[in-house]
Amino acid sequence: MKKILPAIKILPNLTKAKEFTIKISEKTIAKTEEAGNFLTNFADVLLFISRTFKETFSRNFEFKEFLNQCFQIGNKTLPLISVTGVIMGLVLTIQSRPSLAKFGADAMLPGMVAVSLIREMGPVITALICAGKIGSGMGAELGSMKVTEQIEAMEVSSTNPMRFLVVTRVLAATLMIPLLILYADAIGIFGSWVGINIKGDVTLALFFSQAFSHIEFADFLPAFIKSVFFGTVIGFVGCYKGYNAGRGTESVGIAANSAVVLGSLLVLIVDVIAVQITDMLVL
Amino acid sequence: MIMDQTDTLNADLVQSKSGEPVIEINSLKISFGKQKVLQDVSLQLFNGENLVVLGKSGSGKSVLIKCIVGLLTPTDGIIKVLGEDVGTLNRDGLGELRKKIGFLFQSGALYDSMTVKQNLEFPLLRIRKNLTKREMDEKIKEVLENVGLSDALNKMPSQLSGGMRKRISLARTIVVDPLIMLYDEPTTGLDPVTSDEISLLINDVQKKYKTSSIIITHDIECARNTADRVIMLKDGEVYLEGSLDEFEKSNDTLIKSFFK
Repeated sequence: MKKILPAIKILPNLTKAKEFTIKISEKTIAKTEEAGNFLTNFADVLLFISRTFKETFSRNFEFKEFLNQCFQIGNKTLPLISVTGVIMGLVLTIQSRPSLAKFGADAMLPGMVAVSLIREMGPVITALICAGKIGSGMGAELGSMKVTEQIEAMEVSSTNPMRFLVVTRVLAATLMIPLLILYADAIGIFGSWVGINIKGDVTLALFFSQAFSHIEFADFLPAFIKSVFFGTVIGFVGCYKGYNAGRGTESVGIAANSAVVLGSLLVLIVDVIAVQITDMLVL
Repeated sequence: MIMDQTDTLNADLVQSKSGEPVIEINSLKISFGKQKVLQDVSLQLFNGENLVVLGKSGSGKSVLIKCIVGLLTPTDGIIKVLGEDVGTLNRDGLGELRKKIGFLFQSGALYDSMTVKQNLEFPLLRIRKNLTKREMDEKIKEVLENVGLSDALNKMPSQLSGGMRKRISLARTIVVDPLIMLYDEPTTGLDPVTSDEISLLINDVQKKYKTSSIIITHDIECARNTADRVIMLKDGEVYLEGSLDEFEKSNDTLIKSFFK
């Protein structure tokens, strides 16, 4: 009896130890599942990208739908980009003028604004706006097609939905977003001219001549290359989020929202990488 | 021209022996994670018949027909459609097989961004590639007349009522002259009058296009109007198979609750 009593006293501690072990095991299983989910999602993204590339170079390219998407992305985003471009140039000019005036460098204003717009502000701000407008549009449209079984209907009509919906949108975004960025740069420089003329009197010809005298091909090329990547990233993210949306109507909103958030984030990440590469190449 | 192509497609059926099933499913099993949806389903669809699959919501009816067209991959089992094993077909083979199958989705699944005409042209442009523009227009006009919606040609899906959407969806399915029709809850969400109209339309399609059909439903009136044979699914298994009469006369509680 004397020997059994201490064992009985230990029993509650054993139960606690058992509970603790179970908790640890549950947490370990949950973490393993999380890691598994992350890897599954990562593999899913890679598979989506590889399928898109494969379908891009396959037969029966949906050229008509590609043109339609170019129109949807390009033409319908033009008014928004025009307003943004003018405001970008105008604000940058108004904000920079006092600082430059302190050093007596007013004459550098057109050049400074043009270089800022072409190298960085134009591409990044336009891409962020496109991530909002185009990315969310793609996410919502494809997400709603998924929920209402339209993508499955396409599959049973012997149509490859990846080719018809995804490839056309990604390629259209890759082509049209750089063009929209070039347009935003031009409109931004025009906005800068308007900004200068609020407190001065400079002709458009003189302004453009001063602005372009500071721009070199090395300013333009890296910006254009990264614009192409911005377009591809926005197209991919919008399509991926929409195409892989869940079943309920709520998932359409989630797809659109995450397309904007992830698209914007990736645009900034691509920008950082592009800036580093440009810096390393001393362009 | 349209008749020639229909004849070519129908030749597949003519070649098959009389009484040979157009769809044959053996021991079909499918699970989503830990959830077993279909556990052991075997059925046959014979040439020219309307097979109604009844069952409560969540019994795996829609999953069954999605497996038939290869939209879902079963965990186990064999599905043979027109003699071809769906599980062994590659993407191209599946595409070819799908040209012979019409699928009416529960929601209609009309393409929102396209007009009714563009919705009907979509499968024609991909499946009947050799049709001329005039032949396509004639075919579209014909199927719209068959579903009683000739004047809806230039409307957008958002301008159509639920019943009209189902009709247009049916027109989009039959425009390519399928041999087999799969209807997923064709009367769900419709008023009784429109439901009856859709049921009659299903029978018209069977007679006119000589299709064999599987009709997934839990609408007893639809089953009564269309069924040649009935199968009831319960917990992912075939619960009972027989004629409509046998179901009507059954003393089984579950079946009685459906047919009361």
